[in-house]
Parts: sequence; C-alpha cells; structure tokens
Amino acid sequence: MSSARLHPVWAPWIFLAPFVVLFGVFMVFPLVSSVGLALQQTYGPDTAVRVGLKNFADLFRDPLFWTAARNTFAYTAGSLFVQLPVALGLALLLNQPGLRGRAWFRLAFFSPSLVGLVFVAALFALILHEREGLLNAALARVWPGFPAEFPWLQRHIMPALILASLWMYAGFNMIYFLAALQGVDKSLVEAARVDGAGPCSVFRHVTWPAIAPVAGFVTLLSVIGSMQLFELPYILLGGAGPESRGLTIVMYLYQNGFETGDLGYAAAIGWVLALFLMGIAVLQRALQREARS
Amino acid sequence: MNLRARMSSALAHGLLGAAALLTLAPFAYLVCGAFKTRDAFFSAHFLPRGAGALGVDWGGLTLDHLARLFSDPSLRFGASLLNSVFYASVSGVLATLCAAMGGYALARFAFRGRAAVTALVLGALIVPAPLLLAPGYALVHRLGLLDTFAGLILPGLAPAFGVYLFRQAMLNAVPPDLLEAARMDGCGEVRLFFEIVLPLCRPMLGAFLLITFIGAWNNFIGPQIILQSPERFPLAVALAQVKGIYGTDYGLLMAGTLVSILPVMALFIGLQREFIAGLTSGAVKG
Repeated sequence: MSSARLHPVWAPWIFLAPFVVLFGVFMVFPLVSSVGLALQQTYGPDTAVRVGLKNFADLFRDPLFWTAARNTFAYTAGSLFVQLPVALGLALLLNQPGLRGRAWFRLAFFSPSLVGLVFVAALFALILHEREGLLNAALARVWPGFPAEFPWLQRHIMPALILASLWMYAGFNMIYFLAALQGVDKSLVEAARVDGAGPCSVFRHVTWPAIAPVAGFVTLLSVIGSMQLFELPYILLGGAGPESRGLTIVMYLYQNGFETGDLGYAAAIGWVLALFLMGIAVLQRALQREARS
Repeated sequence: MNLRARMSSALAHGLLGAAALLTLAPFAYLVCGAFKTRDAFFSAHFLPRGAGALGVDWGGLTLDHLARLFSDPSLRFGASLLNSVFYASVSGVLATLCAAMGGYALARFAFRGRAAVTALVLGALIVPAPLLLAPGYALVHRLGLLDTFAGLILPGLAPAFGVYLFRQAMLNAVPPDLLEAARMDGCGEVRLFFEIVLPLCRPMLGAFLLITFIGAWNNFIGPQIILQSPERFPLAVALAQVKGIYGTDYGLLMAGTLVSILPVMALFIGLQREFIAGLTSGAVKG
C-alpha cells in the first residue's frame, strides 16, 4: 500500500537541522580547513605563513616524531597482545553455563573503563611509585627475585602504560566478546560435543568462526583507541618524561599545536595519524571480506 | 552435575574471583588512600595497621583531605565539581536530543538528501578526534568562543556516532504504521516525536545520555585547550593541576580522584543494564 505522504515536506529537516548545522560548523568545516592548516606554519591562531608540504617533509625527518611513533606503536602492539586475550578469556569464563554472580563479575570488570584517563593517571602515579607503590610491593611478594624499586615511570613507562590499559579496557572489550559469545548457536556447540569434540576443538571449529567478525571489530577499535594515547602518559609524567620515553603521537601533536603554538604542524601530524588509521580500517574491512568469501 | 563439570565450574569461579580482586584492588587502594593521614600514608598499602579493632589503626584515618578539597580556596575544587556537573549534564542532554532527532529523521522519513546525510554520518565515524584538535581550536578562536562554556560544549553536540546509533535503534523500535496512525489522528510532528517516538527508544536514550555524560565528565583535552580561566575548569583539568602542584600530597590527590570518579560510578551502577545494551547494539550485527 502506498499512500500519499502524511507528513509535511519540512518535517525531516526540522529534526535534522540542529545536527546538520552543528555537524557542518564543528565537524565538516574544521575537517576541510585542516587541509589548508596543514600547509601553513602558525604562531598561535592569528599569524600564519603558507609553507606548502614543508610540514610533512619536516615531520618525516623529525626524530622526535619517530620517537613518538615508535612509542605509540609499542604501546598499541603491547595492549593488543595483552588486553584482547585477557578480554576474550574473561568473556569465555563469564559465558560458562551455570555461573553464579555473572552480573557482579561483569560490573567489576567493566567499572575501570568508566574512570577518566586523568583520574587513572592520578591513581596510577601512586600505584606505580617505585618505592611506595602497590605494584612493586605486590610483585615483590609473588616474585621473590623482582628488583626492588623498579623504576616504572622513569625507565619502563610503556610497559607500565600497557598494564594500566589492561586494567582499564580488558573489561570493556570483554563486553563485546560476551555479546558475540551469546550469539553463538548453542545447538552447534552441543552437536560438536556429542560428536566427542573437546573444549579446545569446540572453540577452534565452532566458537571462534562465529565470533571472528566481532574480534576483528574489537581489534580495530583497540588499535584506533591505542594509537590516540595521550592523557595517561601526559598526566603521569607531566609531559614526555625522561628522554621522551613517554612521548606519543597525539602528545607530540598537542605540544606542537598548543605549547609551541604551531597549529599547522599539529594539523600535519593529525593528518598522518588519520591517514594511517583510515588505512588500517580499510585493511581490516578487506581482510574481513576475504575471510567471509 | 558430574565431577568434571563441577571441577571446571569451580575453576571458572576461582579464576574470575582472582581477576575481580585484581580489578578492584586499585579502587580499594584509592579509597584507603583518600582517608589515610599523612603520617600513616605509607605505613601500609591499604588500611593502616595497628592495635585497633580488626588490626587496623583507626586513628590513622582522617577526613582532612576531603575537607581540605572543599575548604582550600586555592584548589577551587567545589567550583570544579559544579563545572563538571554543568558541562557533562548540558553536553549529555543536548547531544542526546540532537542525535535522537537526527537519527529519527534518517530512519523514518524519505526525503531528498537523506542518502547524502547518511553517507556524511558514516564517513564522520572514521575521522579520528585528534585530527580536529588544531582546526577546531582555530575555529573556536575565530568564533570568539575561547574560554567559554559555549566553545567547550557546542563542538560536542553533533555526534555522528550517536545519530548512527539512534538511526539503528529507531529502525528496530519505531514501527512506521504507528507513526502513520498517529498522523491520521491529527498528531503534530513535534508532539509525535516527543510523545511517541522518544518513549519507544528509552533504552537507547538512557545509554547514550550516559555515554555522552561520562565522555564529557572525563574529557581532558577539550577543556584543556578551550578554557583558560581556572574558575571554569572541570574536574579533569583541575585534578591534573592538583597533581602537578600537590603531586606529593598523596592523600589530597587520592581524595580528589575519589570525589571525581564517584558521580560517574553511581550513575553507571544505576543505569548499567541500559548502558551495556546500548554499547553493544551498534557493533554486534557488524
């Protein structure tokens, strides 16, 4: 049945108007203007000189940018390999039939991801303290040979940040895995069990293929989030830390744009990061499509 | 239940219990730290040990840090708390309304330009936020909105992610026939939206309100860039300063951190079912 339109022509635009106007002004416009900005050198927001592609040429020769990139990659790789298996493991445990207190466990694991990064940094400044911190005390107790006064913040900031991110985000990613696991066809799992498949074999041949798309999505989200690391080391170290060991790409963007005042260089860093992340997203989609066919 | 199933259930409970203890330990550490006196601070990691009941030195605990947060005018902590409440509530409510209206228009109206707007929304999902820091700051500066709440709040009110979520929610939860029937009965478009459409997607409203509220509450880089006057700082920026200036006054820092995260925790525990449903609804189909 196709009836005449009952609503006035303007109706959808009334509802869209606030979004479209704000989106145009605060998203589309800055996005477009960032292209021009990346081709300028600025001294604060009011003075700008057109420099063409010089920012990008400088960036690729800038040793601090490469330090930032190396640190960011190390953090991203570390958090993926530590965090996602833990998240999947927790989800598998929580998905066991007959588990008691499931809602409480889920709440406990998820709760750290609600804490803002500044607040996590304030808390972890104390937890990671070399002499008095909780982490070194706990490690010394379970690992007798562990060096006393291990200098997390002075020398081993990336492993420390990976630990902090494990605490923050393992439960967050677990929620996605748990939702995926609840969608796995239970009759398939039963059938495999009846055929004599062990738990590992059931996971490999039934569960994993069913949750692989969500795993791909969670991996992509984690990469995108990890590559934007900024507040945690910035607050923990009060900047880049000794020998720039805590410098990250977004921190370098922030320092150039808002401490030095070169918004053009900051925009160029933003574009390099954005193009890299978009490339990863395209790659992930292509891989997923290939796996499906 | 046979022996093997019982063993594996016990193992699962044990592992989960250990993981939960590890997850909650930093929170316990934070709460203890917020109430320990300066002298007792490093005497034990959690509660100070002593001759009191339960082996705890209760005299090593104090409310001084909390009191100082709100009485020391140089910290401006009370003002920052109010700023955070204001900033996060206004951002949350307006962004949610904006996203719900946009999602409704894209889900339940056929009009010229719908495909273009939908494509823009999907395209915006892949733009990483740091790319917009420098040009966004330049724009807020040009609009004369630096160091104002408007300059802080307005850029966050057009969440493409939210429009996308609400579009999906409306496609599932709002039957077109119901809208047509209400229109036949003479219901106006605005009343239709507020009295029929919004109540139908209440779970998503709750979830997205919470997501945007928490996002604004925890936002550091936005206020750090846009605001300059300390009397406008929200907690995230104020606490970063407390850490910088009073970095060795751990009791004060832990008390400030505790007060900063409690409101979000309380809100989440109240709304957690809706929150988690909303969080995963956009993803799991994918």
